[in-house]
Amino acid sequence: MTVEARPDYAETVEHPMTPFLRMDRIPHVWCPGCGIGTVVRCFASALEKSGIDLDKVSVVSGIGCAGRTAGYLKLDGFHTAHGRAIPFATGLKLGRPELTVTVLSGDGDLVGIGGNHFIHAARRNLDLLVVLINNFTYGMTGGQNGPTTPLSARSSTMPFGNFETPFNLPHLAASSGAPYVARWTSLHVRRLTWSIEEALERKGFRFIEVVAPCPVLYLRLNKLGDGVQRMRYYHDEAEIRNGADPGDAAIDFQGKILCGVFVDEERPTYQELMDEHYGNVLGDDYVPMPLEGGMLGGG
Amino acid sequence: MSTFWRRPLDADRVRPPHGEVLILADRCKGCEFCVEFCPKDVLAMSKDFNRKGYHPPEVVKSGVCMACNLCETICPEFAIFTTTTPESPPAAALPAPVLEGVAP
Repeated sequence: MTVEARPDYAETVEHPMTPFLRMDRIPHVWCPGCGIGTVVRCFASALEKSGIDLDKVSVVSGIGCAGRTAGYLKLDGFHTAHGRAIPFATGLKLGRPELTVTVLSGDGDLVGIGGNHFIHAARRNLDLLVVLINNFTYGMTGGQNGPTTPLSARSSTMPFGNFETPFNLPHLAASSGAPYVARWTSLHVRRLTWSIEEALERKGFRFIEVVAPCPVLYLRLNKLGDGVQRMRYYHDEAEIRNGADPGDAAIDFQGKILCGVFVDEERPTYQELMDEHYGNVLGDDYVPMPLEGGMLGGG
Repeated sequence: MSTFWRRPLDADRVRPPHGEVLILADRCKGCEFCVEFCPKDVLAMSKDFNRKGYHPPEVVKSGVCMACNLCETICPEFAIFTTTTPESPPAAALPAPVLEGVAP
């Protein structure tokens, strides 16, 4: 049964993702079995369920496979320089505080090249939602060793196995001060959607890591099969433990993947602290940024 | 064995949703996620090729889909979705309890 075989349906029913996608760019470039499309779908459903005005949502992404999401989503999207998605989003949020600024990008982009920006955005508690798609490698450039490649996993620059200790991303974000930290895999579609929806309601630096398969590089170089075999591995080895210590969330090669919402607390955001501090120090001389921005226009 | 299944207390009031799977075959890249994780095993990989040369899924059990939307959510290619059909069959399709000594 295909839509082509049912022209009456094809005309009246469209895919529910159509309002969220730039359909002239579909089909996308992601490989068969890649998990990024699933994450984009979950992100769009979370936006739909949360009922946010889509004109006030912007997506910022960096370079890499996951960096393409900003181009496919029919939202205000920005495709920035490698690793600089968070600095760009910082400026966007401070200049237009009314916007819901989200960062969708990969592990190599956000914690490899842009690791410094990541920890400092978490430390300052900037009001951003960061969805990090972790495929354990630099996918677009050919499977080089990344900051999250597990110990002993092979990559194209470590053909005899990786000996560098990888980042434990929830622990990194939590210890840098992020008030919302979660991890899911691309198999946990319902929980991921719910988690993004919950994070959209929170304030501050919200960090969600999504472990996703990279069948063409990470899985092929490690002889782990295709995307669906990886999804079976997530099914067998993912353990959901909400509120667990993020220090326990390190991922070993083919080991357990600890999932869940690890941190969910409240902390004053960067803008709130700035407004409060300058309000105290400068008094009426301090003019906070208006919600719709506009201080840069010649007013 | 089906006679030993538990029958929900509200089975006479609640109508289970009934869905229809729609597949945009030419968008599919044959990753098999929908086939693997469909809770009702509605789908199977087709032997036909689509325009790109992949095998898309096809519906092998009609009338079983419950419109849970898992295939739609897990599909990385936005190539499959479900619609709830208006004429849902009543819950009478569920097996009735036949345990002895228990009123039906």
